[in-house]
Amino acid sequence: MNDSPQHDIAIVGGGMVGIALAASLASKPLTKHLSVAIIDNNPLLGRKNIIEKGHPPDPRVSTVTPATISFLKDIGAWRYIEEQRHAYFDKMQVWDYTGLGYTRYNAKDVDQDILGCVVENKVLQSSQLSCVQESDLQKTVYPARLNAMDMLPSSSLTGLGEVPSTTDLYMRGRLAKLELSDGNSVYAKLVVGADGSKSRVRELAGIKTTGWNYSQNAIICTVEHTVENFTAWQRFLPNGPIALLPIGDKFSNIVWTMDPTEASERKSMSEDGFIRAVNDALDYGYGPHPGETSSQGSLSWLTGDVTISAKERFETPPKVVKLSSERMMFPLSLRHAKDYVSKRVALVGDSAHTVHPLAGQGVNLGFADASALSKAIAEGIALGTDIGETNLLKRYEAERKPANIAMMAVLDGIQKMYAVNFGPLNAFRAAAFHGAHYISPLKKRIISYASGEQSLPLFS
Amino acid sequence: MNHLQRILSARRLSPSIIPPSCFLHRRLFSTSETDDSSASFSSSHHKIQTPEDGASDKSRSTPSTTSSLKEHELAKFSAIADTWWHSEGPFKPLHLMNPTRLAFIRSTLCRHFSKDPSSARPFEGLRLIDVGCGGGLLSEPLARMGATVTGIDAVDKNVKIARLHADMDPVTSTIEYHCTTAEKLVDEGRTFDAVLALEVIEHVANPAEFCKSLSALTIPNGATILSTINRSMRAYASAIVAAEYILHWLPKGTHQWSSFLTPEELTMILQRASVDVKEMAGFVYNPITGRWLLSNDISVNFIAYGTRRSDHGDI
Repeated sequence: MNDSPQHDIAIVGGGMVGIALAASLASKPLTKHLSVAIIDNNPLLGRKNIIEKGHPPDPRVSTVTPATISFLKDIGAWRYIEEQRHAYFDKMQVWDYTGLGYTRYNAKDVDQDILGCVVENKVLQSSQLSCVQESDLQKTVYPARLNAMDMLPSSSLTGLGEVPSTTDLYMRGRLAKLELSDGNSVYAKLVVGADGSKSRVRELAGIKTTGWNYSQNAIICTVEHTVENFTAWQRFLPNGPIALLPIGDKFSNIVWTMDPTEASERKSMSEDGFIRAVNDALDYGYGPHPGETSSQGSLSWLTGDVTISAKERFETPPKVVKLSSERMMFPLSLRHAKDYVSKRVALVGDSAHTVHPLAGQGVNLGFADASALSKAIAEGIALGTDIGETNLLKRYEAERKPANIAMMAVLDGIQKMYAVNFGPLNAFRAAAFHGAHYISPLKKRIISYASGEQSLPLFS
Repeated sequence: MNHLQRILSARRLSPSIIPPSCFLHRRLFSTSETDDSSASFSSSHHKIQTPEDGASDKSRSTPSTTSSLKEHELAKFSAIADTWWHSEGPFKPLHLMNPTRLAFIRSTLCRHFSKDPSSARPFEGLRLIDVGCGGGLLSEPLARMGATVTGIDAVDKNVKIARLHADMDPVTSTIEYHCTTAEKLVDEGRTFDAVLALEVIEHVANPAEFCKSLSALTIPNGATILSTINRSMRAYASAIVAAEYILHWLPKGTHQWSSFLTPEELTMILQRASVDVKEMAGFVYNPITGRWLLSNDISVNFIAYGTRRSDHGDI
């Protein structure tokens, strides 16, 4: 008989992407009855997570794209998010410190209502958790860490009894065995590594990664204005970009990338000093505002159909008046797993790819992974396949790897372009900005790409 | 019998049209047995072994005189048979094609039996038979879809491998495997809701008789599904020249082009066996993605679904 707990799927890591996978499985007729283990030592997981509206927003936020929003709607999580704090934005302004160029994106350019929505990570997670909790999915939360993972090659040993035991199935390579930090063992047909950039599952599966650390840190925090902000702002500074994202009410979120020494300084400086530095960085600090007429004449012959936002003037972001959270600092890196899958193992989200947080794309890629993996699992069940089979999992990899690599390359390229302060390159950058601002079809593609639609900006 | 049927039967079934030198040895035995190993090894382009199929046929037919040969062939066979389930092994192409075949089967049988296609186990309550089951590559998924599955294969070793593998999973351990032929099951009076014979008919000695057996195994108003390779120039180029001589996916001599059936011929033969073909689809291989897709192009690999007429007399 069944000696140890046996599940169809064990999700290691109950973060946003891991829970998104569970919620996605719970929402599909073919997968909603699966038995799913969630292994995470976060004590909040088993409980209902109620977020009080009065508190200032958590600095850990995500910019979800329209593609992610439709995924969250499909799995039924969006209605919970809408009940909590979230901020849609329909305008985006990107400029740089040289004062040579700026671009304003407008959702209307691509016939959409919004460009994205900023949501606190804990809102995203708790909303999806509500979906999982209310579903038919047989879920078990194991509040522990993963210590070891084992699986044996399939083997045709002698026949089994009428009801094979879990260990018998494990011995025949039909189940993976997970040893947990609390001494328990869990068995599953498929182990999903949703355990972040330092994934233990990835390490135990022997999957190698490539990548590098940027010698940059990001500071994140919540700030308050006197007016409500409806635009996503991003300005490239000599040491990295600063982003000001609306997060609802009169709050905004700051993601400021800089070199590690500067980051430690800014983290420890006085609140007033920090607010001044932020306001400076979003205004006249490091260089002038882009001139509204600069090089416009030389580019006017390129502007076939002028979009509404091409006529829009450069604007200055709303001033920050108050720091509403602690300042958190984390190092930036780029990491990509050589394989996303191996026998009975699949990696999703940051465990497969860690990207530069430049465009807030990380979590969107993770949600797309969760969506693709649950689709592959549903397909496998429809066709009566063992869901841990490599050929099935490869379908998921084939769908997501090229998309993720493309996005990583774009983000890394932008990062590299801005990591260098060199005159001619600055001019080129400015020209690129102007190009992006005025050449409307190209800009449309850039927005659609950043909104999570599949095609590449230049190859569609 | 109409004119077309007469032509078909002449072309397909009369030995005078097919030079004896072309005969596979198995043609000497006029039974409707599936030619097991190859049958089960099934699947078109990527059939891997084969020298043994003819021999095993022989051994079945005259076991007393060919026991040494049988041992010899089975020894060779078992070397490959153990790799049936290695998805990265010699049967990799078959593993890749399997989902495409299953997609067709799932969709047609769900419609035929009015089952809910969004259910994880839509075939609950259906009795299916997989004729020429090989290592069970088709039988196991069908069992996971909820069906009560019987798998038969004329090669004992295949059946043993299939049994061992199915026993590893409680869901598939319910599959009933037998080393037997469709004909023998007809004699035993067994019937099934749906009968499947994938990549088998091109290896049997007498396709018309074989179809009659399949029909007899199907309950009135039940479903019959067959897949095979078309006798077209493209099939000759891809299934024989490319697969056997260029890509070496299959050993040379795996397929005899002259023993392939065209979709029209198959439809006719089934018709005469009281099975009305309702739907047909082609499988197309995409060498870039390495995946098979269902398509309207039936010029090489194709699959047919038919229903067994109820107004049916003797077969």
